[in-house]
Amino acid sequence: MATQHTRVLGRILVAPSVILLFAWMIVPLAMTIYFSTLRYNLLNPGLERFVGAENYSYFLTDPAFIGSLLNTLVLVGSVLAITVVLGVLIALLLDQMFVGRSIVRLMVIAPFFVMPTVSALVWKNLLMHPVSGVFAWIATSLGFRAIDWFAQVPMLSIIFIVAWQWLPFATLVLLTAMQSLDNEEKEAADMDGTRPLSFFFHIVLPHLARAITVVVLIQTIFLLTVFAEIFVTTGGGPGTQTTNLAFLIYAQALLQYDVGGASAGGIVAVVLANIVAFFLVRLVGKNLET
Amino acid sequence: MARRVSPLRIALTTVVAWTVGFVIFFPILWTVLTSFKTELEAFSSPPKFLFFKWTLENYRLVQERSDYLAHAWNSVALSFGSVLLAMLIAVPAAWSMAFAPTERTRGTLLWMLSTKMMPSVGVLVPIYLIYRDLGLLDSRVGLIALLCLANLPIVVWMLFTYFKEIPKGILEASRMDGIGTGREIVFVLAPMALPGIASTLLLNVVLAWNEAFWTLNLTTSKAAPLTAFIASYSSPEGLFWAKLSAASTLAIAPILVLGWLTQRQLVRGLTFGAVK
Repeated sequence: MATQHTRVLGRILVAPSVILLFAWMIVPLAMTIYFSTLRYNLLNPGLERFVGAENYSYFLTDPAFIGSLLNTLVLVGSVLAITVVLGVLIALLLDQMFVGRSIVRLMVIAPFFVMPTVSALVWKNLLMHPVSGVFAWIATSLGFRAIDWFAQVPMLSIIFIVAWQWLPFATLVLLTAMQSLDNEEKEAADMDGTRPLSFFFHIVLPHLARAITVVVLIQTIFLLTVFAEIFVTTGGGPGTQTTNLAFLIYAQALLQYDVGGASAGGIVAVVLANIVAFFLVRLVGKNLET
Repeated sequence: MARRVSPLRIALTTVVAWTVGFVIFFPILWTVLTSFKTELEAFSSPPKFLFFKWTLENYRLVQERSDYLAHAWNSVALSFGSVLLAMLIAVPAAWSMAFAPTERTRGTLLWMLSTKMMPSVGVLVPIYLIYRDLGLLDSRVGLIALLCLANLPIVVWMLFTYFKEIPKGILEASRMDGIGTGREIVFVLAPMALPGIASTLLLNVVLAWNEAFWTLNLTTSKAAPLTAFIASYSSPEGLFWAKLSAASTLAIAPILVLGWLTQRQLVRGLTFGAVK
């Protein structure tokens, strides 16, 4: 239905977005790739020189890099597992009939709207403080010893905070998907006397497969670069126990002023994210009618 | 749901659901409660839940000591500024892709989505250096431009999915009736497009408000929004929990309300139409 006239107009209307996004993507990325081949430290300006792949070989064999990669994977994997499992359970719960559904729903999604710096500091101080935190009080009331969260299990602490932030997203997406499951199907299963468990495993879970995939892919993209939560709580420590890839690159660039090394790290992060993005874009594309 | 459910089951579900909701909401509730305590009571063990001397002192101190209002204004300027700018750029694009799609539209949309997948940390170094050289570090203009670009793909996508749903027949009908382009936009298009535009605006304001990578790395004081303001509480000085709580409550309250208003759009906006 597009005539020659509307086609030209359409191109003009789309152009600003495309040009801006293209520039936003390609200029910094090209610069990162260029910097990654230089020995370039902000403390010694004017001494930049081409070193080829040296930054990469240095960065990739740096024990800190391997450690940060492992930390990244642990963080992403654990948060995904927690949010998907709890998300399915809570979505199932919210899909039931009960009094005050909309209020409970509001309470459950609230953490998603809390800015990362707030949730990290509130958890670290008000909840996880080894003496005066609420968790310490619960533990001692039950007769356990209080845990010094950020000293004993720093990574686990970060995982809890990030999982709390992303649980609402997983729950909401899964709930949306669950509600599109036909009522007729539910009724039919009811009449056949299908047991709830087998109904869940044979009908609900397969129906949710797609939504779970979407949750996993989208969360992975955001979780690969968790930054603020680490920045305000542990600063990557103790030692490098909570340094993930994003934090390592930040430290390399803005604390050690090593532009070349940080850029090589940045490219590694881009490649990792792109592997995930490839699958996500394909999945979204399948669903897109234009 | 038309199925009959026994009252007992409803009662049980109600208890379980409210418990779960309460546990998830507790950190926020606790922050709000703590913000009304004195520093001593905030730190007391065992914790005091409701029976403490309520005070507004912390709110006054937070404003006095670290100028909450200046940071809040930065948050408003950055989030609304960046999203309004993104809307200006995105509305025409989304409109033309929804109403006059070409064989390239699909590819363009997916490509836009893929730009959102680039991790910010991958381009931290060049952006930092460019901003340093242009004198844009710690400037509102610089951050508005950056957050605008970062959210542009989501804005285009959300608008596109809303505009897709506007029936095309109605446009043709109004054209047949011979109303002019100006009146067509005001009386026919605007009323149908506005709900989608409003939802897109709100959700993206929430996302921009909470953005905490660029705002932490590119601001120091002048342009620092609330994310950075709160981060300044990460190095403790004496008793500070009540003040931290008051600052946090002030930082999340407005956006929590907006967030609750946009909750129905959340799934659509963040899953790019892959889950309906």
